[in-house]
Amino acid sequence: MGSENGIGRRALLRMAGTGAAAAATAGLAVALSRRKVDAAPAPVRMRDHRVERPSGSVQLAVSRGPDAAANVQRAIAALGGMGAFVRKGEKVVVKPNIGWNRTPAQAADTNPDVVAWLVREAMAAGASEVVVCDVPVNDADSCYERSGIGPAARAAGAKTITPADGGFRDVEVGGKVVRVASVLAPLLAADRIVNVPILKHHGLTGATMALKNWYGILGGNRARMHQEIHPALVDLALMMKPTLTVLDATRMLAANGPSGGNLGDVKKLDTIVAGTDEIAIDSYGAGLMNLNASDLGFIVQGEKAGLGRADWKSLKVVETNG
Amino acid sequence: MKDEVFRGLRRAWQVFFLLLFLFLLLATTSRLIRGYPVEWFLAIDPLAAVSTALSTHALHGHLWWAAPLVVLTLVFGRFFCGWMCPMGTMHHVLGFLLRSKRVRERLERNRTRRSRAVKYAVLAAMLGAAFAGSVQAGLLDPIATTWRALSVSVFPALSNATGGYYQGERRFTWSLVAAGVFYAAIALNLVYPRFYCRVLCPLGALLGVLSKLSLFRIVRRAEACKDCDVCAADCAGAADPAGTPLATECMLCLNCTSACPRGAIAYRFLPSGEGTSQTTDLSRRRWIAAAAAGVALVPLTRASAEAEPRPDPRRIRPPGARDEPAFLALCLKCGACMKACPTGGLQPAATEAGLEGLWTPVLVPRIGYCEQACVLCGRVCPTGAIRELAPAEKVGRPPDVEPVRIGLAAIDRGRCLPWASDTECVVCEEVCPTAPKAVYFKLETTTLRDGSTRVLRRPFVDPKLCTGCGVCETRCPVFDRAAVRVTSTGESRSTVNRVILGGRI
Repeated sequence: MGSENGIGRRALLRMAGTGAAAAATAGLAVALSRRKVDAAPAPVRMRDHRVERPSGSVQLAVSRGPDAAANVQRAIAALGGMGAFVRKGEKVVVKPNIGWNRTPAQAADTNPDVVAWLVREAMAAGASEVVVCDVPVNDADSCYERSGIGPAARAAGAKTITPADGGFRDVEVGGKVVRVASVLAPLLAADRIVNVPILKHHGLTGATMALKNWYGILGGNRARMHQEIHPALVDLALMMKPTLTVLDATRMLAANGPSGGNLGDVKKLDTIVAGTDEIAIDSYGAGLMNLNASDLGFIVQGEKAGLGRADWKSLKVVETNG
Repeated sequence: MKDEVFRGLRRAWQVFFLLLFLFLLLATTSRLIRGYPVEWFLAIDPLAAVSTALSTHALHGHLWWAAPLVVLTLVFGRFFCGWMCPMGTMHHVLGFLLRSKRVRERLERNRTRRSRAVKYAVLAAMLGAAFAGSVQAGLLDPIATTWRALSVSVFPALSNATGGYYQGERRFTWSLVAAGVFYAAIALNLVYPRFYCRVLCPLGALLGVLSKLSLFRIVRRAEACKDCDVCAADCAGAADPAGTPLATECMLCLNCTSACPRGAIAYRFLPSGEGTSQTTDLSRRRWIAAAAAGVALVPLTRASAEAEPRPDPRRIRPPGARDEPAFLALCLKCGACMKACPTGGLQPAATEAGLEGLWTPVLVPRIGYCEQACVLCGRVCPTGAIRELAPAEKVGRPPDVEPVRIGLAAIDRGRCLPWASDTECVVCEEVCPTAPKAVYFKLETTTLRDGSTRVLRRPFVDPKLCTGCGVCETRCPVFDRAAVRVTSTGESRSTVNRVILGGRI
C-alpha cells in the first residue's frame, strides 16, 4: 500500500527482499557451476622407514629360550638396542600378523608376548605413540581379542586400531605387478615400522614370513594378488622399507597354514629371528621349516630386486640362548 | 496429587524400559555382549511363548519368563502396553509430539473405534497358524518387529553414516521391507496415536483378552462424574473412560485419572469387574473364522515348492538351527541372530525360505561367512529355533567327531581362475578354517596359450570336511559372483538334504 509520499515502506522492503533473493539465486548459480567435481585424492607415497646403521653393525640376531619376551629382548639388544632404531618422539607402528580368529596356541597369529615386548621397547626408547594394527581375514574384533594381541598390546601402552577405525588410503606402490594399493591408513603416519610376522606353512607360497606379512596392510580386493604372488610380495616389500623385522618362531605352524586350527600342526621352536634384512630373515625361517630358500619364489625374486641377501650366513649374525 | 505421581511413575518406567531395550539390543554383538541376557524382552513376550507352545507343545529356553508377565496381566491388566513395551513407548511419544492443542480433536483421535476388533482377529489367525505348526507371530509382534527393524535397518544405517558401532559397513537384504512393518506402524501415529497398538498388535490383543479377568481396573463413578470428557481426551488405549471403561483396551497410562477434576475415575481393585466393560467387539463367529483362516493358511502356504523336501539351495540356516519344520515352528523373525552375527552374514530371507520363512535368518556368504569359533546366534535366539552350540561341538574332530555342517562349498570351474584361465590363486584354500582343510589343491601342469607349460594349484572341495561356513565364497577374488559358492546341501540338521553317504539312506 502506498502513502501520499509515493511507494510505502512495506512495498520498499518487499522489493528489497525480492531483489536480494534474485541476487542470491544468480550468485549461487554462478558459484555452483564453477565448481569442479572432486576426483578421488591422488595416491600418496609410503615413507622410507629405515635407519642409518654404522658399518659393522649386527644384521641378524637369533635368540632361543623358553621365554619369548626375553628372546625378543636379547635379540634387540644384540642388534644395538631399540634406541638404535627408534628416536625420541617418533611414531612407531608395530605390525604383527593378527589375520586369524585363533588362540595363541594355534600359532596362526603372532605371539602376543612378542608383540607386547616390542611395544614396551619402543615406548622405552621414547616413541611418542605406538600403534598396533593389521587387516585380518576373519572378523577384526574377534581376531584382535582371541589372538591375545589386542589386550597385550594395550596393556603395554600401545594403541590398537582396527581397519574399520583406521580406514584406508590409496598408496603409490609403483611395482612390477602392483602399481596402486589400498593401504591401512595408520601405517602412512608412521615414522618407524616394525614388521612382526609369525613363521607358518602356506599352501600357495610354501611359507609365510616377513615378506608375506605385508599382505596384511592391504584392503581392497587384495585376494587378486595371489595371481602373481611372488612378484607382488616383492613389490610390497620394496614399498614398505621397514625399520626392523622380528620373525616370531616361538611357535611354528608346520602344516595347514596360514589358518591352521589343529594343535597337532604346531611345533614349539622358542626362537626369535630379528634383523634389518627381510630376505635373510625369510631365508633363515625357511631353514627352520626344512625348506630350501631357493625353492621359495619371493626369496629368489626379492634378492634379485635388491631387497636383501638370501645367504644369511654371509651377514654379521649373533646367536644367543636363554 | 497421588494420580499425578503414578502417571509420573508410568512415564519413568516407560523411559527405563525403552532404554533397557535399546541397551540390550546394542549389546548384542560379540564385542559387547558379555553375560547380558540380551534376549530378555523377547523371552518375556507372552505371544512368543503362547505361539511356540502351541506349535511345539513345549516352552524353550527362557520363554517361561512370559508366565510371570501373564500372571501380572491377569491381576493388573495391560500394564505392559502402557509401562513396558518399547514400541508402545515410541508410539506414545510420537503421539504426544503430534497431539493437537484442541481437546475436540484429541477426543476425536482417541475415541473408541470398531477397528479395535481387528487385532483380535489378527491374534486368532496367528494362534491358528501356530496351532497348525507355523509361527508367524513375529511378523506383527511389537517386540520382534522393533528388534528386527532396529537390527537390520535403523542401526546399520546410523552406523554406516557415522562410522561408529559396527566394524565396517553393515547391510541387510531388502532391509527397508524387513523393517517395513515398524516404519508403517510408526507412520500410522499420524492417523491417530497408538494406531498400531489399538488396531493391529497381536500381543496387545492377547494381553487384552487376559485383561478380561483382571482384578484391578479403571472404573468411572457415574455419580461423581459431570461428563466433561476430559478423561477421554488423552486416553492412550481409546478405552472409552468417559463411558464404560474397557479393561481389554486400557493400557493403564493413567492420563484419565490425572486429568479428572473430580476424582471420578480411579484405578481400583474390582474383583467383580462391575462398572467396567471387557468386550473385544469381535463376535464369536469372527474369532472362529479368523482362527480357521490362520490354520488354513499353513497347508496352503506349504503347498508351494519352496517347502521341503527339496529346499532352495540358498536356504543356508545358522549353525545349531533345528530341522526346518521345527525351525518354522519356533523362529520369531526377531533378527537377534542377525544382530549378533559378527560378519553380518545372517540375513533376513526374502525368497530363500519361501513365504512362510519370510525374514527368517539365512547365511549369505557373499555378504558374510560363519566364524568358526563363534556360537552367538544360538546364544541370543530367544525361542531355541537356533540351539546354542558348544564351540567344540560346532567344530567337531574330523574324522571321528562330526562337525556341525550348514552347507557345502562347490568350485565353479567355469569361473575359478586356476580352472578357467590358468591363473594362480587358491585364496579359498588359504582361508579355509578346518584342519585338515576342506578346500585342498592338486598340482596340475597345464599348457598355456603360447605353448609354454605352467604348474598350477587347482582347488577341490572335500565334502567330508567342508562345514559350509562360506569364508571361501566371501573371500574369493572373483568379486561379483564368487567362483566357489556354498549351498545348503550337506547340512547336519536335515536327514534328506545330504550329498555324501553317511550311513543313513
